[in-house]
Amino acid sequence: MGKETPLLDELEKGPWPSFVSQIKQGAKKNPSAGDLLKQLELSYKDRITHWKHGGIVGVLGYGGGVIGRYSDSPEEHPNVAAFHTLRVNHPSGWFYTTKALRQICDVWEKYGSGLTNFHGSTGDIILLGTTTENLQPCFDSLTDIGFDLGGSGSVLRTPTGCVGPARCEWSCIDTLDLIYNLTMEFQDELHRPRWPYKFKIKASGCPNDCVAAIARADFTIIGTWKDSLRIDQNAVREYFKGGLPIKARIVDKCPTNALEWDEKATLLKLKPEDCVRCMHCINKMPKAIRPGLERGATILIGSKAPIIKGAILSWVLIPFIKLEPPYEEIKDLLLKIWDWWDEHGRTRERLAELIERVGFTTFLRAVGIKPTPQMVYRPRANPYVFF
Amino acid sequence: MAKTDIGPPDYRQMLPDVIKKNYGKWRYHEIVKPGVLKHVSETGDELYSVRVGSPRLLSIDSVRDICDIADKYCDGHLRFTSRYNIEFLTPKRENVDPIIEEVQKLGFPVGGTPNCISNIVHTQGWVHCHSSATDASGIVKAIMDELYEYFTTSKLPGYLRISLACCINMCGAVHCSDIAIVGVHTKPPKINQEILANVCEIPTTLASCPTGAIRRHPDKDVKSVIVREELCMYCANCFTVCPAMPIADPEGDGVAIYAGGKVSNARKPPMFSRLVVPYLPNNPPRWPEVVSNVKKIVEVYAQHAREDERMGEWIERVGWETFFRLTEIPFTEQHIDDFTHAIETFRTTTHFKW
Repeated sequence: MGKETPLLDELEKGPWPSFVSQIKQGAKKNPSAGDLLKQLELSYKDRITHWKHGGIVGVLGYGGGVIGRYSDSPEEHPNVAAFHTLRVNHPSGWFYTTKALRQICDVWEKYGSGLTNFHGSTGDIILLGTTTENLQPCFDSLTDIGFDLGGSGSVLRTPTGCVGPARCEWSCIDTLDLIYNLTMEFQDELHRPRWPYKFKIKASGCPNDCVAAIARADFTIIGTWKDSLRIDQNAVREYFKGGLPIKARIVDKCPTNALEWDEKATLLKLKPEDCVRCMHCINKMPKAIRPGLERGATILIGSKAPIIKGAILSWVLIPFIKLEPPYEEIKDLLLKIWDWWDEHGRTRERLAELIERVGFTTFLRAVGIKPTPQMVYRPRANPYVFF
Repeated sequence: MAKTDIGPPDYRQMLPDVIKKNYGKWRYHEIVKPGVLKHVSETGDELYSVRVGSPRLLSIDSVRDICDIADKYCDGHLRFTSRYNIEFLTPKRENVDPIIEEVQKLGFPVGGTPNCISNIVHTQGWVHCHSSATDASGIVKAIMDELYEYFTTSKLPGYLRISLACCINMCGAVHCSDIAIVGVHTKPPKINQEILANVCEIPTTLASCPTGAIRRHPDKDVKSVIVREELCMYCANCFTVCPAMPIADPEGDGVAIYAGGKVSNARKPPMFSRLVVPYLPNNPPRWPEVVSNVKKIVEVYAQHAREDERMGEWIERVGWETFFRLTEIPFTEQHIDDFTHAIETFRTTTHFKW
């Protein structure tokens, strides 16, 4: 094998673990992994992909969850002539028992290439490469062990959240429960495409936003609090005694000058009304400063990657909302948004692009939300106003 | 009849006992050493997380090896992070070093906690994508080999998150990363006139172009389209809707580098990454030009940024003119925006540096 792939063999050298070694390990058991390696070597030589455009395949009853993939050189690489990928919906927070992981491995050993990604960008388990005829039995075996497919195409993509209260002291919402609940509620939207384009939901427990919800989710949920952050002055003094320069590293970095350090009294003073809950002081002194107790979430909408009119960050729709099961308000809002977008959106038009085209005000009226100053950085400067 | 719509397994079945017991009760955490987190609960319980870098593409035998370690030391539980790191979770401090020893035997590094360079979020590339303009895993491997010590130590001023998308569809949030590497095309699509009418919807194809570069074929008898090449900025949106317009080209395709983005709200609001290197050629297997540019940006940032400053915060404080001077990356006409929100990037003040 080594001699056949001189370019890729280079990528087995060096300290970082090698994906090439992983594919080679797979090739010992499954010829499709071997042909994948050969085709990839050809791409390295030709500097171009050798996968053909698209290919619609799937499993019974679903319109997504499988990415069809065909080689452009099936004679040379017969074992990857069809090499489709299954997106498998992950458990919230990407927690697993080894029993569940081993079951997935066993199914994939039987029906696929034996190659995986833990995980894809959106958060699904990626089972990388199988034949058309193996798709249905593979899916059936996955559901037998309690797993289901994630989203692909113009559907609700697999919702994702951060580690949340399972292992983080900063989480202001139960991201795991929320994501699980929404995923179960919207199974139909996840599996059967009927919208103009994709729709993503992501939830982060605090404004540190570890799952990049503000950058890549049409519907962004970020945990926050409304009252004052909590300061333990004794713990602040411990950090100070330990050598942390409170003035330079904490107070001077506060974006709204909400903190003041009285070095004589060794007292960290807060003006709660000036705090924008950015997380910097909390991040630096987790033992001393904590989020407040009146907790909920900020809902933002619209973020997406550049296709097609340029990248957009999510912006504020609801500055503060309490989030408790069964999350009816969130579900109602999502249904309203989807109805409106489905009716007015053009093909391949994401929510934010539709809003940009017809106006945020039109959207607000459609979903019944009143404007608030928190939605904008500043009001308009132009005089072209509708009444 | 097969089951459908069962959804993912309930996460509660997947949580280790120490997490079930302390769910929502975590009080604080500290970083014991690079790659090892210690969380302390209000109940007094402790949880150690050993963070381990992975190549993302894993064979099932590697997944089983990882499971063996979790069975031995973590009561049969583990988790993954959003950046493909594996986290071994244990309430027992004495398990930490044996876990580290065993994952290192597998060839996997321990690290990725603040202020390290964490694993590079990336896409499929030539391994599995039909629209990729470059490979993903290969560049990631080449960069992480070169920046390996930044994963296993925490000597940077702040977080530094690198991500890679193999085309501008950008699966994954690379547009808000400290350093973003993006596969780009630089030549217009080549139209396969013979098959276009059979495999593409012409109105959809026309509508797919954000600059209006695609027109109906001037000859009414030819059911196809033409591209006004001077208007094409190679986004490949037409290829996505119309397979008869392939755009990938070994000579034209390559890699661009963006910098200064972030998603966290800490201190400054989230920011987009901005173009710093418009084009580098695809030079497999190790993309030396990409690696050296990324390394240079990392090193200049490490040398000049203040403590806690992210790449974008540092650049905004010193000014982009200073960034280009320090990194010695040439500023070209490609750096000046001419797309939808271009004018917002023009400097409407006399404040600048030399």
